[in-house]
Amino acid sequence: MDILPILSTLRRHKLTSWLLILEIALTCAIVCNAVFLIGQRLQRMDMPSGVAEHELLQIQVADVTAPSNPYARLAEDVALLRQVPRVISVASSNQVPFGSSSSNGNIRLDPAQPERTLFATTYFGENLVPTLGTRLVSGRDLQPDDFVDVETALKALGTGESKSLPHVTLITQTLAERLWPGQNPLGRIIYLTPVVGLRVVGVLDSLARPNAYDTAKAQYTMVVPIRMGANKDQSYLIRTRPEDRASVLTAALAALKKADPQRVVTTKRSFDEVRRKFFQDDRAMAGMLVGVIVALLIVTALGIVGLASFWVAQRRRTIGVRRALGATRGNILHYFQTENFLLATIGIALGMVLAYGINLFLMLHYELPRLPAVYFPIGAVVLWLIGQVAVLGPALRAAAVPPVVATRSV
Amino acid sequence: MFNYYLELALRSLKRSPGLTLLMVLAIGFGVAASMTTWSVFRAVSGDPIPWKSSKLFVPQIDMWGPKGRGPNSTDNEPPDAMDYTDAMALMRAHRGKLQSAMYQISPSVVPADASKHPINVSGHAVYSEFFPMLDVPFLYGNGWSADDDSQRAAVAVISGKLNDKLFGGVNSVGRTVSIEGKDYRVVGVLGSWNPQPRFYDVVNTGGFSTGVEDVFVPFERAIAMGMPNDGNTNCSEIPAQSGFVGLQQSSCIWIAYMVQLDDAAAVSAYRSWLDGYAKDQQTAGRFGWAPNNRLRDVPAFLDHEQVVPSDTKVSLLVALGLLIVCLVNTAGLLLAKFLRRSSEIGVRRALGAPRGAIYAQFLTEAGMIGLAGGVLGLLLTGVGVASVSWVLPKDIASLARLDFSLLALTLLVAVVATTLAGLYPTFRASRVQPAWQLKSN
Repeated sequence: MDILPILSTLRRHKLTSWLLILEIALTCAIVCNAVFLIGQRLQRMDMPSGVAEHELLQIQVADVTAPSNPYARLAEDVALLRQVPRVISVASSNQVPFGSSSSNGNIRLDPAQPERTLFATTYFGENLVPTLGTRLVSGRDLQPDDFVDVETALKALGTGESKSLPHVTLITQTLAERLWPGQNPLGRIIYLTPVVGLRVVGVLDSLARPNAYDTAKAQYTMVVPIRMGANKDQSYLIRTRPEDRASVLTAALAALKKADPQRVVTTKRSFDEVRRKFFQDDRAMAGMLVGVIVALLIVTALGIVGLASFWVAQRRRTIGVRRALGATRGNILHYFQTENFLLATIGIALGMVLAYGINLFLMLHYELPRLPAVYFPIGAVVLWLIGQVAVLGPALRAAAVPPVVATRSV
Repeated sequence: MFNYYLELALRSLKRSPGLTLLMVLAIGFGVAASMTTWSVFRAVSGDPIPWKSSKLFVPQIDMWGPKGRGPNSTDNEPPDAMDYTDAMALMRAHRGKLQSAMYQISPSVVPADASKHPINVSGHAVYSEFFPMLDVPFLYGNGWSADDDSQRAAVAVISGKLNDKLFGGVNSVGRTVSIEGKDYRVVGVLGSWNPQPRFYDVVNTGGFSTGVEDVFVPFERAIAMGMPNDGNTNCSEIPAQSGFVGLQQSSCIWIAYMVQLDDAAAVSAYRSWLDGYAKDQQTAGRFGWAPNNRLRDVPAFLDHEQVVPSDTKVSLLVALGLLIVCLVNTAGLLLAKFLRRSSEIGVRRALGAPRGAIYAQFLTEAGMIGLAGGVLGLLLTGVGVASVSWVLPKDIASLARLDFSLLALTLLVAVVATTLAGLYPTFRASRVQPAWQLKSN
């Protein structure tokens, strides 16, 4: 197909052509950036928690009057929950991955260091590793005699007496790699305060923070052997088979209520709900962007259909003449398709530059990362496709123009 | 004359229904998408207390010093909430016209009817000045008095919702409600009051919250009863003592604070008082650093806390981009349509129509397309706002509402935008040379 005649035709409709090119360029630029934003959201929503998500339930209860011995109360509750049929394992924890509300500590590698090395989430709870289903990569799990009551630990912290403080901890692989790159973390010491030195005894495959907003730091977590006792911020985590979750939750709540009818259940949900709630903003943003992209592509397609139809109507006679001179229907069809391809290509080329510019602006104002080059071809292919689909109708109509039109006066 | 142009426009639009429909559809989509995102943006960036927001201030004191900010912090911002010691010092000094320290509580309330289960409600422990300072509307009764504050009186203000649940909606002032196992006298029942963003305690609510605040009790009473903090607690070092008492003695931040200052003089006086206070703390050895305070009014504080999600801003930008594409699109289609009618323009011009008349005729036509697009846009915006709740979190989606101003704005944007898009095509149409057009026919 010779493109020179097409170019000379377009030169006669310079302005409308440029408007169409501009529209394609803008669409391309916005689509590239929006698809990139959506991709980022989807990637975030896929963030691993490190736990057996489809097998976990979370329950939180609040007491009207605080129990006299919260540690005994917690142990009773856990024992009760273990007896619920089809429960595989029960743990207590001060927080859950993606649970939003978090407890964190400053980590130092040297007790004398003035500023923290980093800020990590500290999980306090018993039986967490088997219940959460996170894998121990090396070392050992926490043992019952590692655990210290929180009251005792805080008192010891006040007096500086280190014997009643916890001495060991589990950390995630990511945290180990960040603290001691390429080295064996087992046996190394982390300081939460100058007197609280915790020896790393086990390394976890993965365990996300409750407030995993920053993907890079989402796995900065450790498990410390501290018993928190029953209180309303403490969660009971129950592991069961995915198909048993609903029935186990009902039975577990009934068991807790039976033990003390006066208490209030504040949280009862599956871990799937935890994840859904935590990432709802990302899902919303992705949904909204998809909506806008669809509207944008529809508008652009409508614009192409409109202009192409207009051009076909305008050139009916010319088409008739070409047909009379021997051009096939295919020739006419290809003419309009090529014309659209040319316009789309120029538009896409401009759109790439614009997309890069918009990305720079967003990077500057909204702390977004650089647009990876892979999104440019995506935008290009989408617009080429949209252009070709949109022009097909008018082009077919053009191809259907009979040669006899050439012989009629306007 | 206008009627004549309207008729001309109608005729012309009818002549090419396909093209007209395309333009109307494009404008409808563009306007609806931008208006839907705008409604969300407007909802989240709105001023929750417009008549007073410039008089309400959030003081911030640097009780952590540079060490508490971590190695990666580049700004020298003090913490955004307060520890107990400083909040109490500010309350005692009482330098503003009205002020209140507050913290979030989540007590259990036991209904008088023994057959009902206790319920867990959320609320705030506040000072008496909280209610007049925020112009909180009361359905029955009032807030408590300053004496109740200092005497740690067992009084409570409850929401209308909780009043419905506990007392069947009747005036319950003077009756008792059991909170955390203790009896409190109801002194006031709130009317419907659920400001969004929850500007008085942004730090704990993240700005938006679906829940209604059900109960308010005197701050010092809540402290005395050991009602624990249900909001965020942030510590730069582990408290030396455990429990709620340990928290009160620590430098952990968990208290929100707001003060009303009526004019610039009061603001600068308060500012210098804050600096004086921090300097005293430095002299006393409690702070090992120079005073580093902030005093932001509500809009500035909301901005500082980034209450408007940057997501919303980005999606507004994307929607604006869509509107621009729609305009370019419409401009292209109108140009094609108008120039096709060069001969008609030629005839009108030859018969004596001035350029202005051509302008009027074609802008009327563009405006009509805009109006039609706007009406379609209205329908689509309705659909959009309704489906926002499907994608957005409930707390934000419930704020996006279809109201008269949004509807009017949709129509206005559609008509103005289309007329703007029609300007250049009209300009080109008015430049048509009549003689040349007449000759070529």
